Amino acid sequence: MKTLLRNIIRRFRPEQIRLLFLVVLMALILVFFSIEIPGYFNARFVIRQSTSVVVVAVLAIGQTLVFLTRNFDLSVGSIAGFTAYFVGQQLWWHPGIPPVAAVLLAIGVGVVAGSINGVLIAYGRVPSIITTIGTLAIYRSILIEYSHAIPITTNNLPQWLVDISAANVFSIGSIEIRTLFAIMIVAVVIFQFVLSALPFGRRLYAIGSNPDAARVAGFPAQRIVFLAFVLSGGIAGLAGFLFLGRFGNITVLAATGFEFQSIAAVVVGGVSNMGGSGTVIGAFLGALLLDLLQNSLFRWAVISQFWLDAIRGILILLAVALDYVVFGRLTNLWARAGLQTGSKEPDEAAGMSPGAGPQEHAEVRTHVG
Amino acid sequence: MSADIPGTGDPKTARSSSVLVAVWQRLRSWEGLLLALLIVIILINRSLAPGYLTIGNQVNLFILSIEKVIVALTMTFLIINGEIDLSAPSIMGLAACVTAYLFRAHVPFGAALLAAMLVGLACGLFNGFWIARVGLNSLVVTLAMQICYRGLARVLLEDKSIAQFPTWFNSLGQENLLGPVPLALLIFFVLFILALIILQYSGLGRQVYVIGNSKDVARYSGVRVPRVKFLLFVASGVISALAGLLLAARLGAVRGDIALGYELDIITMSLLGGVSIFGGSGTLYGVFLSILIILNVRNGMSLASFSGEVQTGVIGLLLILSVLGPNLVNQARTSLNRRRIAQASRS
Repeated sequence: MKTLLRNIIRRFRPEQIRLLFLVVLMALILVFFSIEIPGYFNARFVIRQSTSVVVVAVLAIGQTLVFLTRNFDLSVGSIAGFTAYFVGQQLWWHPGIPPVAAVLLAIGVGVVAGSINGVLIAYGRVPSIITTIGTLAIYRSILIEYSHAIPITTNNLPQWLVDISAANVFSIGSIEIRTLFAIMIVAVVIFQFVLSALPFGRRLYAIGSNPDAARVAGFPAQRIVFLAFVLSGGIAGLAGFLFLGRFGNITVLAATGFEFQSIAAVVVGGVSNMGGSGTVIGAFLGALLLDLLQNSLFRWAVISQFWLDAIRGILILLAVALDYVVFGRLTNLWARAGLQTGSKEPDEAAGMSPGAGPQEHAEVRTHVG
Repeated sequence: MSADIPGTGDPKTARSSSVLVAVWQRLRSWEGLLLALLIVIILINRSLAPGYLTIGNQVNLFILSIEKVIVALTMTFLIINGEIDLSAPSIMGLAACVTAYLFRAHVPFGAALLAAMLVGLACGLFNGFWIARVGLNSLVVTLAMQICYRGLARVLLEDKSIAQFPTWFNSLGQENLLGPVPLALLIFFVLFILALIILQYSGLGRQVYVIGNSKDVARYSGVRVPRVKFLLFVASGVISALAGLLLAARLGAVRGDIALGYELDIITMSLLGGVSIFGGSGTLYGVFLSILIILNVRNGMSLASFSGEVQTGVIGLLLILSVLGPNLVNQARTSLNRRRIAQASRS
């Protein structure tokens, strides 16, 4: 038993076990609902699932970048909603806009909104939670005023955009890879690469895990936090475009509450709200898990679909609490195992000071300057 | 507080005596700025609608947002303490929905009200447990619980609206109890005075400030930090439930989305009142002024026929400015000081 544990410890890092846990949980959900609901798991289900996760998964990428710096972005739902409406309206008025230009327009609008957040947070030193609660309301009210309550419907949109929700890039057997899903996958891969390989990505981790040390080390902390919010805004803009492509009908309430879904996704996906740890892949898995649960509960007639939000809230809390208590301990165990390879058994070493893990996390910083 | 109001907008009167000089000194603070802002807003509103500045209208303004105003009191305690409770509006909604649900199930109405208060207590205990005992970040916990409690409220009522509560309940919310003052306003003033005494003049109040300034200093000085935090979250839960019931009584109908999005106004009331989001400073006097400002801004914008959404946007702007303003002033002051020190060392 002890050697097994040691082997596990040697081979995997805690983050990897965290991701593995998510995959196992997802598999359990699939098995459970396959037994409960006849004809639950088939190619159609996979296709539907792959398109329904797209918007929240993309928002979760931006939320991850912001979370890594110990901040929140509650305005992403409003940014996505505004972008979806704005781009839809432009395509309505000027149907000749090429698809690539439409995507760039969406990202551009998001970048503008994100830089407003970024300036206030990084340079104005207004805590992100306050700024984005404010801009959540402001961007939404701008949308409501701007739209004059005229909804955008699929009838007003150019044909390529209406078709995009059912368009495929390629198909594997009977499973079709939708264009929207492919765009999301590309975004996930790009930003995972940015986080794990580029200096900018590593700096996000450095700032989140210890802002003071990062500042002392000479990182331009303000600029990096600013850029994180600009990127989050731009990604929210992209999500707005995907929202437009997926639904086609845009009202002033478009993407309301998506900020909560994206936060739920990243927290369940193992991105720490105390900054400095987490991956884009994790956030994507978190989004997928929650969306899978949502779609499955929707089809499961046993409990009402109104339970969804309650479950989502509890899952966020559980994820945070589990990370804090269990994951904190695990990290501690790994750290000790790394220090004392050879002479002592790692689990024995960890047993010497139970409860030491969470103490490191005890200094909860609510706000970032 | 009300003693400060006369003669405020006019600095000339301050020269006449030393008492007035002291008042003037006091008015150069954040509270003075708020007072000036309030006067400007009221003057603008008065030019929009003659007969605006009557006691009756101000009471009316309070009544139209009294639930938010009540919750802003406990929110102020929490923010001074360095925490935040984003779940308060959801607790308001959940309490109202619990009452409506039990009422529909023919439970005696008194028991339904009691159950709602107990639910508020339970929510507060639950939040307090995770934040004060386990030590999780209050932002994340209350954000999660904001979603969860709202979800439970929706589970109870689904998409239905419940109305036709007992007449005494509705009339408590809608009719005046004493002179022009309905029950909710009376409750607010009692709670306000209580909060003022606790926060500004009691040992517990000092502890709230000390913890907000530095958790470590508080712990080493023998303040039982978890206990104070726990108490504040429980109070926030109970008061939010009470506010939710008052809202249900005033509206006379309850839906799953009752009190949705109230956190913006509630937090703005606290922060605009000069309560530091970083904890440790702020007074209830300032909060009272900022409550008046927000109510008058909303009312004035309605008079100028701006929609509710635009009003919400403006409140969002006020929220950001209320933190950005002091930050910029501080930054300017530090850079000025730095320059002064640099000059002094050069000469």
